Amino acid sequence: MVAAATSDHDLWQRAWDAAASVTDPEIPVLTIADLGVLREVVVRSDGAVDVAVTPTYSGCPAMSAIAFDVAVALECAGFPAATIRTVLSPAWTTDWMSEAGRAKLRTYGIAPPLPASSRRALFGVERVDCPQCGSGDTELLSEFGSTSCKALWRCKACREPFDYFKCH
Amino acid sequence: MATPSITVTETPLVLYTLRRADDALILGHRLSEWCGHAPMLEQDMALSNIALDLIGQARALYAYAAEVEGKDNNEDKLAYLRDVRQYRNLLLVERPNGDFAQTMVRQLFYSAFADLYWRGMTRSIDATLAAIAAKSEKESAYHLRHAGEWIIRLGDGTDESHARAQGAIDDLWAFTGEMFCVDDAERGLIDAGVAVDPLMLMPEWLVTVTDVVREATLVLPENDWMQQGGRDGRHSEHLGHLLSELQYMQRSFPGASW
Repeated sequence: MVAAATSDHDLWQRAWDAAASVTDPEIPVLTIADLGVLREVVVRSDGAVDVAVTPTYSGCPAMSAIAFDVAVALECAGFPAATIRTVLSPAWTTDWMSEAGRAKLRTYGIAPPLPASSRRALFGVERVDCPQCGSGDTELLSEFGSTSCKALWRCKACREPFDYFKCH
Repeated sequence: MATPSITVTETPLVLYTLRRADDALILGHRLSEWCGHAPMLEQDMALSNIALDLIGQARALYAYAAEVEGKDNNEDKLAYLRDVRQYRNLLLVERPNGDFAQTMVRQLFYSAFADLYWRGMTRSIDATLAAIAAKSEKESAYHLRHAGEWIIRLGDGTDESHARAQGAIDDLWAFTGEMFCVDDAERGLIDAGVAVDPLMLMPEWLVTVTDVVREATLVLPENDWMQQGGRDGRHSEHLGHLLSELQYMQRSFPGASW
């Protein structure tokens, strides 16, 4: 019994690790586990794998690429024909991004999202620290950036422009 | 031969969901028309990004409408294979882009409403609509901030930008009342806790819009006569032209994919 349980868990772990290794196609330093996009992995009794992912921004075009990459990663790990489901509830938020994920983003040169509580003020001022030099003396260049999750900022201390992962 | 239109069984919940999906799709399509034409690169990216958010919201809503209807329809069929009289969007969102001021005033009016509406809908007893709302309200708040800042810049800018922004407000004002209308189909959903009563949101919407317009040194029209019809499929001539472009591929090459 104990052996069987361990083996089930090992199988699940192998499936989870395979799915969790998939990276965001736009931000390749982040895995979907770091992002909080990977919600659930279930290995059914017949060995078939059921994966639940949650979309980030409503219109993020990376979601279909992520679903495809998860299926491929599972296939390579010995789980053919995995089912990828999209779950909407509860809705994803940048607060789910892991600490490891935030650190990776910063190292990659993208300022990680601020806590969601700071988003509401209509004309509120956000303080975003420069991921290059750490200075808080920064300014917004464009509220919309190269992908739906990012805004373009500039550091006034080191003069470098940088992406900011918007909170959501 | 062109693909014929589908039929949709519009139960109150299907109709309700289609109306919100159509608002998002049509406004998203309008904004996508700016791609490559906006007055500056940052705004080209901004309008395309907002379009992407709206089309994403529309996809989630269409998928849910198809699921609730439980027939042979899906999100693509609902978007590509309904004719103009089957579209349920607000007249406001189908208004042509006009100049940048017209586009931004339309965006201010809609986003100020969507921000409140979706925030209210996060408390819907319908878990799927509540989840779609939880994303949409954050995106709408961001769109509202962008539009508000632009209206202030245009209104409090040059004589030319002021005049154009005021002209856009005067032109589009009569299309705002439809956002707050409720018919019998929706009344039942509101009473059941599925939908939000938009009329309850009007005072706060008016405060938001008035604050922006006042800071922009602009004024809201006195005229309170309001145009409506979009929710029932009675549209302006502009929607047919928009759909002919949006639907051309699927109508002419049924099931085309790439």
